[in-house]
Amino acid sequence: MSFLGIDIGSRYIKAVLIEKGTVIDWFKIETSYEPLNRSLEILKKYSPIKAVATGYGRHLLSFNGNIPTITEIKAFAIGARALMPSCRTIIDIGGQDTKIISLDERGNIKKFEMNDRCAAGTGRFLEIMASALAYSIDEFGKIEGEIESPLQISSMCTVFAESEVISLISKGISREEIAIAIHRAIAKRVISMLKKISLEEDIVFAGGCAGNILLKKLIEIDIGKRILIHEKHHFAGALGAAIYAEKSLIEEGGEKENEKVYC
Amino acid sequence: MSKDYTTLWKEIGLNLGKHDGLLSVLSDAYKNIYLSQKNRPEGMKYFDFVISEVHGLRIEELYEAKKEKRKVIGTFCVYVPEELVLAVDGVFVGLCAGAEVGFEEAEKYVPRNTCALIKAFMGFKLSGLCPYVELTDLIVGETTCDGKKKAYEIFDEITRKMYVMEIPNMKNDSDRKLWLEEVRKFKDKIEEISGKEITLSLLKKSTEIVNQKRLALQRLNKLRAYDPSPISGLDALLVNQIAFYDDPVRFTMKVNELCDELEERVRKGNGIAPKGTPRILISGSPFAIPNWKLHAIVENSGAVVVGEESCVGSRNFRELTEENFNSLEEGLEKIAMRYMGIDCACFTPNKERIDNVKSLFKELKADGVIHCALQFCTPYMMEAFKIEKKIDFPYMRIETDYSMEDFGQLKTRVEAFIETLR
Repeated sequence: MSFLGIDIGSRYIKAVLIEKGTVIDWFKIETSYEPLNRSLEILKKYSPIKAVATGYGRHLLSFNGNIPTITEIKAFAIGARALMPSCRTIIDIGGQDTKIISLDERGNIKKFEMNDRCAAGTGRFLEIMASALAYSIDEFGKIEGEIESPLQISSMCTVFAESEVISLISKGISREEIAIAIHRAIAKRVISMLKKISLEEDIVFAGGCAGNILLKKLIEIDIGKRILIHEKHHFAGALGAAIYAEKSLIEEGGEKENEKVYC
Repeated sequence: MSKDYTTLWKEIGLNLGKHDGLLSVLSDAYKNIYLSQKNRPEGMKYFDFVISEVHGLRIEELYEAKKEKRKVIGTFCVYVPEELVLAVDGVFVGLCAGAEVGFEEAEKYVPRNTCALIKAFMGFKLSGLCPYVELTDLIVGETTCDGKKKAYEIFDEITRKMYVMEIPNMKNDSDRKLWLEEVRKFKDKIEEISGKEITLSLLKKSTEIVNQKRLALQRLNKLRAYDPSPISGLDALLVNQIAFYDDPVRFTMKVNELCDELEERVRKGNGIAPKGTPRILISGSPFAIPNWKLHAIVENSGAVVVGEESCVGSRNFRELTEENFNSLEEGLEKIAMRYMGIDCACFTPNKERIDNVKSLFKELKADGVIHCALQFCTPYMMEAFKIEKKIDFPYMRIETDYSMEDFGQLKTRVEAFIETLR
C-alpha cells in the first residue's frame, strides 16, 4: 500500500513514495518540455495505490490521469511539518514562485503570500544571474565575501536586472560583490513578504532555492532569527502530497492510520 | 448570431476583419466558460441569446431607435443618472471596456501602466471594434479616478462626443450641492441633445423603470444567499453585466423570470454546486463584459461566487431612487441623493464601503472574500489594504488585469485560499 506525491515544478519534477508512514523513495528529474510524459512515467514506475499531484503542473495530471491535486501551498504546509514538526513559517522559493506560508500551532495554514505574476526574484532569476556571472548554481549560493557591501541591484525584473549586472561588470566591480548584491535583492523581496505575516518560529526554508546558503544567511541577518533547512528541502511539496494521499484514503475508509515516522 | 449583420457593421464603420476575429474569440470563450457549466437555470437561455447578439440584434435595435430620433447615450460608470436618459426616451448603454483589445493603439495615447479598463475602452474605439461607441450621440464620462479623467480628455479629441460630469471626492454638504448642480446640468444637456423636455410625469415614469431593474437585480442577489446557491457566480455576473446593455423593461422582466425559476430551485434544494461548497464574495473594481477571468478561476477551483461588491454588482443596484417626489426639482434632488449613496473608492473617507463589505459577507453567508483590484486602479488597490485591517474573516487581496499572463499564479493563489476555507 504505497502512496505517491508528485510535485510538478517549473524546473524539476519531484516525487516521494511512502508506505506505512515511511519514505520508500525520493526521486527528482528535470521538468523538461514534456512534463506530462515524465510524470506519467513516474506514476508507472511506482504504481501507487493513490497519488496526489501538486506544483505548477498539477492540473496536467488531473486532466490526463484523473489524479487529485492540492496546491503547492497546502502541500508545503503538510510536507514541511512532516520534515520539521516545529515549523510555523515556511519560506519556499521555487523556480518561478516565491511563497511565504504561516501555520498555526496545529499546522493549519493561517495566511500565505505569493508573488502575483512574473518570475522576478525566484529560482529562475537566480539561475539566469548565475549564468550571467559564469557561476554554476551550486557555486552561486556558496559565495563568500563582504555581505554588508552597499552595492544594490535595484531591478527585480529578470530582464532588467541582467542588464544591470552587465553594466556593473563593465564598471569593473568584482563578480563576488555583484553576486552578493543579487542575493541581497532576492532576500529583500522575501523579507518584505515575511513582514506581511506574523513571523513565528521555527522558520523553515524549503523548495529548490533552500540549497542556497548565502540567501539563508542574508534573510537571517535581517530578521534576526534562525532559519532551518532540512536536507530534503526539495521534496517538501512532494512529501506533503504523498502524506495527503495517504490521509485522504484513510478518510475514505480505505486503510488504518499508521504511526508516522517520515524521515 | 441569428443573421448576417455585415452591412450594418460596415455602415457603422467597424473594422470588419478584426471584428470577425473578436467575435470568434468571444464566442469560443463563451462556449468554454459559460456553456460548459452544468445544471444551469433555463432562464439563462435569454442571457445566452443576448450575449450571442451583443454586437448583432442589440445593435440593430439601437440603429432602429436612432432612426426614430431616440438618442443613444454611452457611459462607463454607475454614477451617470440613467433616470434622466430614459426620461427623454433615450437609450442608455455601457460601452465596451472589458477585454484586452487594441492595447497597442491605446498605448499611443495613454501610458502603459494605465488600468486595463481605460486601455480597453480606448482600444475598442481606436481599433473600430465597439459598435456601441459608434452609435452613441453622447458619451458621458465622470471624474471618478485620475486615469479616467485624463483619458476622457483624449477620448473627446478622438470621438468629439464626450460630456463629463464632475463627481466630488467627498460627501460633505458642499459636495452634495456641487453634485446636485451637476445633475441639473446633465438634465439640461440631455434635454438639449434630445430636443425633449423632461416633465415631472416623465421623470416619475423613468425612475420607476430604473428602480424596477434595481429591484430585480436585488432579488437575484438575495437568492444567491441560499446554500446551495441556485445560480453560479458566472451566470449572475453575466446578468449584472447585461444590465448595462439591454432594454431595461425587457431585462427586468427576464431577470424576474429567472428569479421565479431560482426560487423554485431553492424550494427543491437544487443548487449549482453541492451544499457546503465554499462560498466566495468578490469585492473591488468593476468587471466589464467580457471580463469573466476571476469568476471562472474561482468556480473552476471548487468554490461558488455568491456576490460581487462591485460596480458591476451591488454598487449598481443597492440603492433605489426615492419615487415620492412632487416636483421636477425635487425629483432631481432625489436622484442626486441616490447616486451620492454609491460607495466608490474614489471617495474619501469611504467608511461605508467597509460596512457594506461586512454586511454583504454576512447576508450572502460567504466563507471568504477575494478583493480584486484592476492593476493600476489606485483607489481600489489602496482600499484593499484598509479593508484587510478592519475585518475578521478569511480575505485575500489580488491585483490583476485582462491578460492571461498571471493565470497560473492566480489559480494557485485562489485554489490555496479555497483550501483554507474547507
